[in-house]
Amino acid sequence: MFSEFLQYLFTGITIGATYALIALGFTLIYNASHVINFAQGEFLMIGGMATVSLTAMGVPMLLAIVLAVVLAGVLGIALQRLAIAPAKNADVVTLIIITIGASIFIRGLAQLVWGKEYNVMPNFSSDEPIQIFGAVLNSQSLWVLGVGAVLVAVLVYFFTRTLTGKAILATSMNKDAARLVGIKTQVVLMLAFMVSALLGSIAGIVVAPITFTSYDIGIILGLKGFVAAAIGGLGSGMGAVVGGLALGVVEAMAAGYLSSDYKDAVAFSMILVVLFFMPRGLFGAKVVERV
Amino acid sequence: MMAQFSQFRLKGLVLLAIVVFALPLFISNPFHYGLATQIALIAGAVVGLNLLVGFAGQISLGHAGFFGIGAYFSAIMTSNYGWSAIPALIVGAVGVAIIAWAVGRPILRLKGHYLSMATLAVGFIIAIILNNERELTGGPDGMPVPVFDVFGWELSVFGQYSLFGMDISGDLAWYLFAGVVLLAAVWLAQNLIDSPIGRALRSVHGSEVAASVVGVNTAKYKSLVFVISAVYASVMGALYGHFQGFITPSVASFDFSILLITMVVLGGMGSTIGVIIGAVVLELLPQLLADFQEAEMVLFGLILMLTMIFMPKGLLPTAANLLAKRRSKSAGGDA
Repeated sequence: MFSEFLQYLFTGITIGATYALIALGFTLIYNASHVINFAQGEFLMIGGMATVSLTAMGVPMLLAIVLAVVLAGVLGIALQRLAIAPAKNADVVTLIIITIGASIFIRGLAQLVWGKEYNVMPNFSSDEPIQIFGAVLNSQSLWVLGVGAVLVAVLVYFFTRTLTGKAILATSMNKDAARLVGIKTQVVLMLAFMVSALLGSIAGIVVAPITFTSYDIGIILGLKGFVAAAIGGLGSGMGAVVGGLALGVVEAMAAGYLSSDYKDAVAFSMILVVLFFMPRGLFGAKVVERV
Repeated sequence: MMAQFSQFRLKGLVLLAIVVFALPLFISNPFHYGLATQIALIAGAVVGLNLLVGFAGQISLGHAGFFGIGAYFSAIMTSNYGWSAIPALIVGAVGVAIIAWAVGRPILRLKGHYLSMATLAVGFIIAIILNNERELTGGPDGMPVPVFDVFGWELSVFGQYSLFGMDISGDLAWYLFAGVVLLAAVWLAQNLIDSPIGRALRSVHGSEVAASVVGVNTAKYKSLVFVISAVYASVMGALYGHFQGFITPSVASFDFSILLITMVVLGGMGSTIGVIIGAVVLELLPQLLADFQEAEMVLFGLILMLTMIFMPKGLLPTAANLLAKRRSKSAGGDA
């Protein structure tokens, strides 16, 4: 009974940590540019797929990971420079369609280069599962949680202690004022997309041994990240982490106790319920509409 | 000003009617008729979605859900319960209206990305239900849909019909029927746009606060147009199912929702004829790109991105702008 619950909790926290990292990526880009980047999930796919294919080519694991992350970062910058920046005055819906176009494009490229097969990545450390109170914990889950925690700590440090991080925050609060004090907002936007891509690709790499990876995993992961970000409240880093973990745990519990067919429906019902009572998510900023 | 608007819209409707009825002169292949019928039915749903997106300025990333309910309700009632297609279509549309009303009231309070999220969630939930209620819907494998019938008269792509003394094939008959439905959908939409409801909706798009200050019940009008656009989707979905003869949950999928709203944005939000052009382009594009096989997806994504980056207002408004500029330039040269 308890071991069952613990089992679902482990599964939920692991996948929830992944959602949290994706949601953080959404949050970063949303704060800097008020764009919801529907191509966010593709960064995870690029991370996982590039690592798998590079290691298959004989590149050592660690180098493959670094290269995959760099590739995703370059892609993030390219996305901002080539697709988002030229359309700066477009409507919200138009920007959504542009990022969807970008995600289809990236997915198409991945399919061309890597094919349609599912790929398996080996665990980072031992394949031996860990037993805790009768529940089984995949050793890779510890990697996901550990890497997730480190990334969150790095982000907190980046935004509160470094000048670049503060510049991004300043731009998200008031772009014109930021420009007045000498912040190059175009560079900041580029940075936000890059950091977001780095986050996504690292998440994609650490979770790949658990979920497998293929050219099309980005869509649903990206959407779940969006759900997590909306639950937490768009723009709130804390909200992204809480929303991600909550979504993961609720999903795993629903799959375990209710029906695995309907676990996604539970996730989407959860966002409806949250938005019904809190139209700006759990930690979303109260915005006074200027007329 | 209003008279000008109406005149412009009438021109659009007449133009559309000419294109719809002249098309059979240029095509005869059943495959092309099938494609044209499919485009006309989807375009009808897009015209409805445009009322919500283009005129009231709200976003729906889950409209395929309503299309799917319409298609599945009609399919299930006609095949399992022996209903005739028309009552199934009407009851399905009423059901969708009730669902859209119940869902719309709370979620239309949301703004911007939260509204995108909520509509996306509603669409997803509908698609998941259709995928999982295997006994009713056949699950992911889909289900066959009986022939469309009106008071015992059947419209089948395999049939033979006579119209004004001419023998016409079932493919052509379905195409003409879909064309007439599309024209009716456009006519209804244009009347709605020119009505007091339409004016209220446009004021909501302009500024919701200003609209409510001058006494427009914005919540009521937003829900109303949400319901109307959902009913459009439901009716078109029901017809689409009968036409195809087989449906799968992909008619309610997120991808299809995205395709619908992309048609609106690509063609030109707020322009009824524009969004139909959007539907035509996005339905034909995969056909044209099919030759590129492996590269189809890359090219589709690329074209979508580039079009939206360089024509953020959509195809028709951009073209109309260019034309107007050129005209005023040449007029300036004459003077």
